[in-house]
Amino acid sequence: MIALERVRKVHGEVVAIDEVSLAVAEGELLVLLGGSGSGKTTALKTINRLVEPTSGRVSLAGEDVRSMPAPLLRRRVGYVFQRLGLFPHMTVAENIGVTPALLGWPRARIEARVDELLELVELEPASFRGRSPAALSGGQAQRVAVARALAAEPRVMLLDEPFGALDSRTRARLQAALAKIHRRLGLTIVFVTHDVVEALLLGDRIAVMRAGRIIQVGRGRELAQAPADDEVRALLTEPLEQAAAARARLAEGP
Amino acid sequence: MNELLAALPTYLAAHLQLSLAALAGGVVVSVPLGVLATRRPRAGRPLLAVASALQTVPSLALLAFMVPALAAVGAPSIGWLPAVLGLFVYSLLPILHNTTVGLSTIDPAILEAADGVGMDARERLRRVELPLALPLIIAGIRTAAVWTVGTATLATPVGAKSLGYFIFGGLQTRNYAAILVGCAAAAALALLLDGLVHLLELGARRRRRGLVVAGLVGLVGLAIAASLPTLRQAARGGPRPLVVGAKPFTEQYVLSRIVAGVLERATGLPATTLDSLGSTVVFDGLRSGEIDAYVDYVGTLRAVILGRTDVPRDRAAATREVREALAREGIAVAAELGFENTYVVALPRAQAEALGLEQIGDLARHAPGWTVGGDYELFHRPEWQAVVATYGLRFASERSMDPSLLFEATRSGEVQVILGYSTDGRLDAYELVPLVDDRAALPPYDALVLAGPRLVHEYPAALQALQALAGRIDAAQMRRLNAAVDRDGLAPAAVAAGFLRELDARP
Repeated sequence: MIALERVRKVHGEVVAIDEVSLAVAEGELLVLLGGSGSGKTTALKTINRLVEPTSGRVSLAGEDVRSMPAPLLRRRVGYVFQRLGLFPHMTVAENIGVTPALLGWPRARIEARVDELLELVELEPASFRGRSPAALSGGQAQRVAVARALAAEPRVMLLDEPFGALDSRTRARLQAALAKIHRRLGLTIVFVTHDVVEALLLGDRIAVMRAGRIIQVGRGRELAQAPADDEVRALLTEPLEQAAAARARLAEGP
Repeated sequence: MNELLAALPTYLAAHLQLSLAALAGGVVVSVPLGVLATRRPRAGRPLLAVASALQTVPSLALLAFMVPALAAVGAPSIGWLPAVLGLFVYSLLPILHNTTVGLSTIDPAILEAADGVGMDARERLRRVELPLALPLIIAGIRTAAVWTVGTATLATPVGAKSLGYFIFGGLQTRNYAAILVGCAAAAALALLLDGLVHLLELGARRRRRGLVVAGLVGLVGLAIAASLPTLRQAARGGPRPLVVGAKPFTEQYVLSRIVAGVLERATGLPATTLDSLGSTVVFDGLRSGEIDAYVDYVGTLRAVILGRTDVPRDRAAATREVREALAREGIAVAAELGFENTYVVALPRAQAEALGLEQIGDLARHAPGWTVGGDYELFHRPEWQAVVATYGLRFASERSMDPSLLFEATRSGEVQVILGYSTDGRLDAYELVPLVDDRAALPPYDALVLAGPRLVHEYPAALQALQALAGRIDAAQMRRLNAAVDRDGLAPAAVAAGFLRELDARP
């Protein structure tokens, strides 16, 4: 569904990502895992052209992303930002409906879609539609951000450390909600995080990044069993038990 | 007071019209420029620099500059146009500045979000950037509105009707009620406009359509009210009323009303007066036909049109020379009124007697310890150079001030000597004695009624009627008329009407 081929991005002297190649299958949730400065966000942004690569090729469903104007591309790809990015001058409903409005959906269809999405992210439509983003808690705001990314029925969704700023309880609930949405809608998702537990919890596969390069790609268990190097080993073995426990809780469901 | 209040609606409407037109222009130009400035910083920085530079030009100077600038391109150079252009230029900076600040201080995360949800540049501007910058943009408009209303009072000297009429006229004729009326009306107007724009801002910020509608209705209502007099004038049709100009001092206010009265009777047309115009503004207005008549003085005309800075030996020859020069411009001298309003060197009578001063030359000994006061023009004028050179005077300092304050300054001791005007009623009121110009340093300043091309060509009867004023006002008479305004507080129009009645009664 998504393919990066030898993608390189250079800012002046600094190489942000170098020769990154990656394939994400349809319906897969791939996590880009790495510390700050590892290039994971840059790699993610090349997919919807918020970053234009210096060289290499990015394709979506077999099409080069440069074959269409960036705004049109972005309307087809849901995006959840690291820093909220809800529009402060719009209500919750207007925020969620913004991409459908850009696509020229009729008003009634947008309204219905907003209600549907608010229910999907477990926010009561009647109570939340008219609220200002300033009147939301961090968790509620991030649910709205997820709903906005889903609004135009994208097949692909990109999330950039969406739950990083939330307390652990809220984060756990949103992770659960995202996993459910992923399963139910069969979306292809690329999820950026620096949190190994989150990566192991959500990722079908994990791509570990360091210094602008992908070090290793695989299922969490594969990574833990055959780490490419000592750092990957250290990164994964420790939280594996924690993740297993969390996965068990998730499977039981609420 | 009643006369003041009767005149208020006209001037209030004119003031509002001027302010709203300038402000509307400012908004229409500045907001897109602000957008451009943030899209193209290379163009934006110089734009802001130019707007800032314009803002540092004193507002009166900016308005005054519009007069020759418009004349140079052949546009109407006095009245509404120069005023509205000057005010427009003045309103640019606050709006432009706030628009650029508003647009360039939006959280980059919000802008990335706008890109991320698939907005193109125009959609991002319309749906995200402008709405978020709107409170600041409107704050800029509010600032501009208050400045514009305040600065519009300075439109009077360039010949536009505004509330400055009350302030300039009141200052000259010591009619403090008039100043108060002008200031209070301008302040009330500024507050009203500020309040209405504030309503728009609140409405936009809180997304309350009612407030936006109320603000808009208020502004549109004001605009309609402001344009009513103009519309009524246009609907009435007929020839443009005759316009008599007046420079900013009492004698000019009285004489312009006398001339207007004579013109109304002779032509049956309404004649209006345009007060407190700058010296060159009024002359240019006459030449271009925007003013039909006014009173000027031989010495001034000689300096302004002929550029002559010497003191003429022969009075009659000087007047003839000026007449000929005026004729070449299509301007007729309708009458020599019979008095001269020259500069006089004057000082408090008690001081003059104590020191035994009678002639200007007697000042030479005391000048190095004294301050001399004069009006704004004086110290740049050749007459002053002539006085200083002829009598070898060196004053400790020279102070320019408004003529109305000059006399008060002799009482407070801020100045010891002034250059006043020979027909000024205040010479007597402040017990000042003029010194004799025994070496004839000062040129003649005989008062002439000038008639513009329109009177000369279309209203010969009016020209004839003005000729009847020849020799009818001597210096003593003029001082009396001035004193009736300055000392007794009568309105110039009332004094002029009294004079015209008296004139009819004379054989």
